[in-house]
Amino acid sequence: MIEGRFPWGSAAILGVVLVCAIAGPLLTPHGAGTISLRDSMTPPAWADGGAWAYPLGTDNLGRDILSRIIAGARVSVTIALYAIVLSGGLGTLLGMAAGYFGGIVDSVISRLIDVQMSVPAIPLAMLFAAVLPPGEGMVILVIVLTYWTWYARVVRGDVLSLRERDFIALAKVAGVSTPMIFGRHLVPNLLNTLLILATLQFGSVIVFEAGLSFLGLGIQPPQVSWGGMLADGRNFIEVAWWLITMPGLAIMAACLASNLLGDWLRDTYDPKRRQL
Amino acid sequence: MSLLAVEELRTHLFLKRGVVKAVDGVSLSLDAGEVLGLIGESGSGKTMTGLSILGLPPRPAGRIVGGSVRLEGRELVGLDEKTLAREVRGRQIAMISQDPMTSLNPVFQVGEQVAAPLRAHGLARGASARAAAVAELDRVRIPSAVVRARDYPHQFSGGMRQRVVAAMALACRPQVLIADEPTSALDVTIQVQFMDLLEEIQAETGAALVFITHDLGVAASLCHRIAVMYAGRIVESGPTRTIYTSPAHPYTRGLLASVPRLGEPRERLYGIGGAPPDPLRLPGGCAFHPRCPEAMEICRSEEPPLVQLDGGHSGRCWLHEQDRGRRRELEPGG
Amino acid sequence: MGRYVLRRLAHGLIAILGALLIVFVAQRLSGDPVALLLPMDASAEDAAAMREMLGLDRPIPTQFWVFLTDAARGDFGESYHWNAPASELLLDRLPATLELAFAGLFFALLLAVPLGVLSAVHRGSWIDRGAKLFALLGQAMPAFWVGLLLILFVAVRLEWLPAFGRGSLCHLVLPAIALGWYPVAAMTRTLRSAMLDILESDYVRMERAIGLPESSIVWRYALRNAAVPLVTLVGVYFANMLGGTFVVEVVFAWPGVGRTVVEAVFSRDFPVVQAGVLLSAVVFVVVNLVVDLSYGFIDPRIRRD
Repeated sequence: MIEGRFPWGSAAILGVVLVCAIAGPLLTPHGAGTISLRDSMTPPAWADGGAWAYPLGTDNLGRDILSRIIAGARVSVTIALYAIVLSGGLGTLLGMAAGYFGGIVDSVISRLIDVQMSVPAIPLAMLFAAVLPPGEGMVILVIVLTYWTWYARVVRGDVLSLRERDFIALAKVAGVSTPMIFGRHLVPNLLNTLLILATLQFGSVIVFEAGLSFLGLGIQPPQVSWGGMLADGRNFIEVAWWLITMPGLAIMAACLASNLLGDWLRDTYDPKRRQL
Repeated sequence: MSLLAVEELRTHLFLKRGVVKAVDGVSLSLDAGEVLGLIGESGSGKTMTGLSILGLPPRPAGRIVGGSVRLEGRELVGLDEKTLAREVRGRQIAMISQDPMTSLNPVFQVGEQVAAPLRAHGLARGASARAAAVAELDRVRIPSAVVRARDYPHQFSGGMRQRVVAAMALACRPQVLIADEPTSALDVTIQVQFMDLLEEIQAETGAALVFITHDLGVAASLCHRIAVMYAGRIVESGPTRTIYTSPAHPYTRGLLASVPRLGEPRERLYGIGGAPPDPLRLPGGCAFHPRCPEAMEICRSEEPPLVQLDGGHSGRCWLHEQDRGRRRELEPGG
Repeated sequence: MGRYVLRRLAHGLIAILGALLIVFVAQRLSGDPVALLLPMDASAEDAAAMREMLGLDRPIPTQFWVFLTDAARGDFGESYHWNAPASELLLDRLPATLELAFAGLFFALLLAVPLGVLSAVHRGSWIDRGAKLFALLGQAMPAFWVGLLLILFVAVRLEWLPAFGRGSLCHLVLPAIALGWYPVAAMTRTLRSAMLDILESDYVRMERAIGLPESSIVWRYALRNAAVPLVTLVGVYFANMLGGTFVVEVVFAWPGVGRTVVEAVFSRDFPVVQAGVLLSAVVFVVVNLVVDLSYGFIDPRIRRD
């Protein structure tokens, strides 16, 4: 909350999420899918009837919630990373092309951005869910289609102003090839912005993926996802409050941390750009 | 007893980088129907003085830290916001602000904006407030006021907007009107028109006027008395004629030198060298000494007191003793 | 103004055309509809006849044209599951969804307007800091989770309000809060920064100098100036909320378009899905058009140009 100070808490939360994603199976006290009907519906350890063997309690099949949240981190992070790299790549490329070449290329790409932005993301996901097999691939595709416009719009604007700068003009006069100008001169100048966008996108993607998985259109069981856990827990909302609070807290913590870190990066490295 | 008496008024701006003494012990007095010119460069504290009289130093940094403002004997400093808004601002003292382009609310009809003070002060309500607003617009010579009352500010020219601002300020017939550089944002011909209007209205309503400007030339035609401000203090004040014919303070002389006169070639655009001081680091002694052509040793170390000269003329300068002597030689019988 | 409206209309049409193209492409991606519609043991002649009947033997541009003209008439085919025209089915459920969306918007504004204004007026106070914290948390909570928490605490624990279904005003409260939760943060922050600028403006100083009561300066004269950025945001977030209805309707078993489309996805009821996607695109475009046009009513400066 204090302006200007590095958000250590957020960085720590993101660090924990990343460690869970990388080393998940080594950290989980129980197998994410290990069923133990004897221990089903155990509340969290601090509540009445809880046990420290299951710190965050168990679900209706006696599966450990903490282990499943850790396992879910891997799915969320994997999807987020793919989505960030692919949508960032696609958006940056199209944005650079639109800004650098201008004219008809710019008109077409700008129109494409408009069209993309006028189809709300979740209905679009419905469409793809209806025609493609559900799972990680479909989720990533939908996220890339939704988020590339983030990058394309911002990059287009940046390149429009970069194009007028001397070093680009010099490179052009010197006969440097277009791919070289993109790679050597434009991309390095965009890196700050791209990093900020990616950090902010991370939290947004995690929420989006959780929503799809909650609807049953995203990650399919037996793969564990935070959204899927919430969908399962929903059936037991009257008897087991921890089933819907714990995975939700994980989503919130990851998203909050990424937003705070992204805000800090933006305020520190790109203070002019308040609208990102 | 004067209508408005300001004594030792101090308004400070508490900024992150330090404290700016924007108004630093200003005393003024104003009689009913009198026109007082408050003159100085930008940043000298004249606008801040005007705002402080209304109890409106800029928030959240500005605060009146001392002194008194008395209107008909009633102390205004320390009155709560509600009372000031209900009984003083707009009702007894009103202000015309500097930039007509930004002083009107862009999303309300001008008739509505002129009617607002009438409604707020309970002088008219409903349709009659609207009709009174039209009459006010008419008074400031806005052509076809009935129709124009329904227009929005962006549909008016700068000069016309300033008239609307004047109508807002004058709607409740305040006893004191503070006009803060009302013409500096206008074209020259429009300036003249507006000054004429202001003079007419002032004569018509009998309101006392504090006319804030950086332009001694403009002030000369309108003001009965003039007070010159520098770095938050009044450095010279007196009847307009006296100030023009025998300015006591080197700063005033510099300002006068910068007024273009008909038939005389203008040698320099501005008669004073250097720039106004950094308000956060005012020079010691007399704040004007680094720019003063006649600075002496004492000016660097000690602040001059306000000295009463003759005929309601006073100045804040170490030169006054010599000055007085010189003027006696120049003005026979003076 | 007239030309501006025409340009916005053209943009809207292009956007809807784009959505139609996306749906058409998705439809072709979905595999051979003939295989889906015919029994497994159908002969090659049957398949060819079916193809001809569906117009699938014609060139792709012709097919797209047929698809467009059908779409223009609102014909997206029969729902396999409900045995009714898909568009009729969804139009029947549209009022429930719009009711939810507007209620969500109402809730968001109900919270965001006072929070945004008060945190600007009392900058740095506990209310400002509280609103900021709330905004941070709000933006990190997905709508469906807010919905689940509301069901858990308000419906199950406290038993104050019903958790499922549509009917009385009581049924509307929880879904509306879940849906309106997310935009509150952005609206509050936008309104706060707009109000901060406005409260320092010359015209507010003028309004103070003529003795208008502070409350009417803030809530009437300043707030109307802040309406333009707020309305822009309402447009942006209304689209977001339309997407949100899909999830929130499932959480609260709300009988609207979103839940119907989600169910259609599971039953592979493609006509309903495509009609649903297009319906959201159309509603989105219309909402944005209305927002664009409303600027003229809020800000007289835009009206003239």
